[in-house]
Amino acid sequence: MSIAGLILSNLNRGKLPEMTRRRILSSVPFGCRYRLIDFPLSNMVNAGITNIGIATDFNYKSLLDHIGTGKDWDLARRSGGIRMLPPLISGYDPLTTHQSTFPTRLAAMMSTLDFVRHCSEDVIVLCDGNVICNMDLKKLVDEHLTKDADITFVAQKMNITEGMLDHDDVLVESDENGRLTSYARALPSDLGERNVMINVIVMKTTFMRNMLENAAAHGASSFDIDVLRPNLNRWKLHVSYFEGWCAQINSMETYFKRSMQLLESGVRADLFQQEGFPILTKVRNSAPTKYMPGSKVTGSLIADGCVIEGTVENSILFRGVHVGRGTVIRNSILLQDTYTGNNVTLQGVIADKNVTIRDGRTLAGYETMPFYIEKGAIV
Amino acid sequence: MHQKKECVAMLLAGGQGSRLYALTKKTAKPAVRFGGKYRIIDFPLSNCINSGIDTVGVLTQYQPLVLNEYIGNGLPWDLDRNVGGVKILPPYQGQNGADWYKGTANAIYQNMEFIDQYNAEYVLILSGDHIYHMDYSKMLKFHKERGADCTIAVLEVTLEEASRFGIMSTHEDGTIYKFTEKPKNPDSAKASMGIYIFNKKKLFDYLVADAADPASANDFGKNIIPNMLAAGEKMMAYPFEGYWKDVGTIQSLWEANMDLLGDVPTLNVSDESWRIYSRHHAEEPQFVGKTAVIDNSSITEGCEIHGTVKNCVLGSGVRVMYGAYVKDSVIMGNTVIGEGATVNYAILDEGVDIGAGAKVGAPRDSSTDITVIGTGVKIPSGTIIPDGKMISEL
Repeated sequence: MSIAGLILSNLNRGKLPEMTRRRILSSVPFGCRYRLIDFPLSNMVNAGITNIGIATDFNYKSLLDHIGTGKDWDLARRSGGIRMLPPLISGYDPLTTHQSTFPTRLAAMMSTLDFVRHCSEDVIVLCDGNVICNMDLKKLVDEHLTKDADITFVAQKMNITEGMLDHDDVLVESDENGRLTSYARALPSDLGERNVMINVIVMKTTFMRNMLENAAAHGASSFDIDVLRPNLNRWKLHVSYFEGWCAQINSMETYFKRSMQLLESGVRADLFQQEGFPILTKVRNSAPTKYMPGSKVTGSLIADGCVIEGTVENSILFRGVHVGRGTVIRNSILLQDTYTGNNVTLQGVIADKNVTIRDGRTLAGYETMPFYIEKGAIV
Repeated sequence: MHQKKECVAMLLAGGQGSRLYALTKKTAKPAVRFGGKYRIIDFPLSNCINSGIDTVGVLTQYQPLVLNEYIGNGLPWDLDRNVGGVKILPPYQGQNGADWYKGTANAIYQNMEFIDQYNAEYVLILSGDHIYHMDYSKMLKFHKERGADCTIAVLEVTLEEASRFGIMSTHEDGTIYKFTEKPKNPDSAKASMGIYIFNKKKLFDYLVADAADPASANDFGKNIIPNMLAAGEKMMAYPFEGYWKDVGTIQSLWEANMDLLGDVPTLNVSDESWRIYSRHHAEEPQFVGKTAVIDNSSITEGCEIHGTVKNCVLGSGVRVMYGAYVKDSVIMGNTVIGEGATVNYAILDEGVDIGAGAKVGAPRDSSTDITVIGTGVKIPSGTIIPDGKMISEL
């Protein structure tokens, strides 16, 4: 059974607004050297998927830069490989004309219709571009086929606390066979043990194609209301439960919290150290990181190409970060090429790419409200 | 007909490197790891692409498997080209039989057709065992401006050191009049770096004549250069300034690694304008644990440090467990230093496993020599490996 992949990088716009002013959410840097799209992309490559479409519609320059020819994921192929699916806005084809500023899930899927029509693989796995996990997609497709499902949704059991879920998060329930029994948007009152959708979906290619063409023919505009709801009892909808570590970034608070979880060895083992399931990313030629005489680093995750002269505690440093003499970095995330001069103190800070912090500055935030410094800013 | 290439580089990578002992048991010297995430050959290859030379023949003979795999299609160095790029050239069988490469000159002689494919005017000869940054295009410009038949890159060394090198005696304008291999009483301190540029036609004439001489050792230093000098060809010394190190011995390999460290390192691999490229895969970021103590060290991706690391160069995927102590050492990659183990003044090749509580080497000030552990060696818990020991199997 052959599998194709689709990454919906055009969904979830408007989340994490600080970091997505000049980039799409799926190209937000995460975990020292990755971008969010590396996770769904690596999961697909690790499942042997070599035909992958990436739906984009807005602000995707940095995504194109990052993906390049797809070589770093071994996806620069004569046949298949990575296909970027930018919006096809044409007056002649109403099926693919969706110009809303915040596309719905259905509109995002619609924008892939051409890919789906020309797809020779039997099954399609769809992933949102902001789902961080290490998932065996082959096993998931096997489960989909064994259950003879029309659509398989992936969900995770979570203990929900206040403010953890976004308005468009979906909660699901299933019977003992995994058959979906309830599918609803999360309410603020939904607290405690719940099954949260993590936006990985499996369908047969022919099913997806029929579904999308029918939806277009009937003028459907919402996947939940117009497509799924009328068919809840007619279609075989299956829920697969994912048990590994999984994060969906939807705010500065979750970005900070989820990043900091990478400092726990169990999380890193689950995400990065599974035999045969590496997380791949664009390879750059940074030199190794240099810990200069007098530096002091503890409890931190650090990329290559850094020069550290000061103190770093409980922090995440991306590539090419410079930590000056007498500088103290605590509980902070410094993105690529952040430069801190001498005697700087940072606590609870997120510095975006190419930020310069001059000698002697002190900046502080808190874990639920990290102090964010915009890309390229000079403090 | 191929696109014409002005200058083709030929990189001699077939040497055994027997003075690196355990480190070259299974790999050719140019494939020996260096500086955490490089191999020695990354330096000449990166120099080539940074100098605008995009056609490189790599002559292999001794243990080529790792090297073949590493170079692959040349993508990491931007040497995957439609015409030219990097090509591996092992000895091959021809109509008149087959031969191993008998010497450096013979290796080039057997690949004259490769050079001719690109219709090159100049041939740059490089070796795969030097660590340096060099702009070959400046040397080529010098060669052309002086109208030389052969230009040899030279490094000014001290007179004491001079007896370890091939020494060029030159006139004031840089013309070479005498070449002495390892002179006892050197009259010049211009040491050959083993980097030559030849006019192709001239080189081919001498290679053909050399191949016909049964008494010849078929070597550039021993035969081709002296023969050209004797015949009165125009030979120039190109003065090179900067970092250059022959890493053919355990001691010099260790020193070159240590040159990466310190406040102002003598060897700078993070120069953005002269990048050193290497083939590596995306590994997870390095993690420095709460109990780690790191001082004056170079550490790369995939490492996890819980113990103490001082004055060290660590390759990718090295794990230094709780209570372990590593000092003045080069750890090449995917090595585990077990809990409470001590490693002092040592070079550990790839995939070494140091058991808990084991002791490798002695502190540098009291040690006789560098301790070397070969690839894949597992040192059982509690074992003591005395200083200066070379272990390739246990």
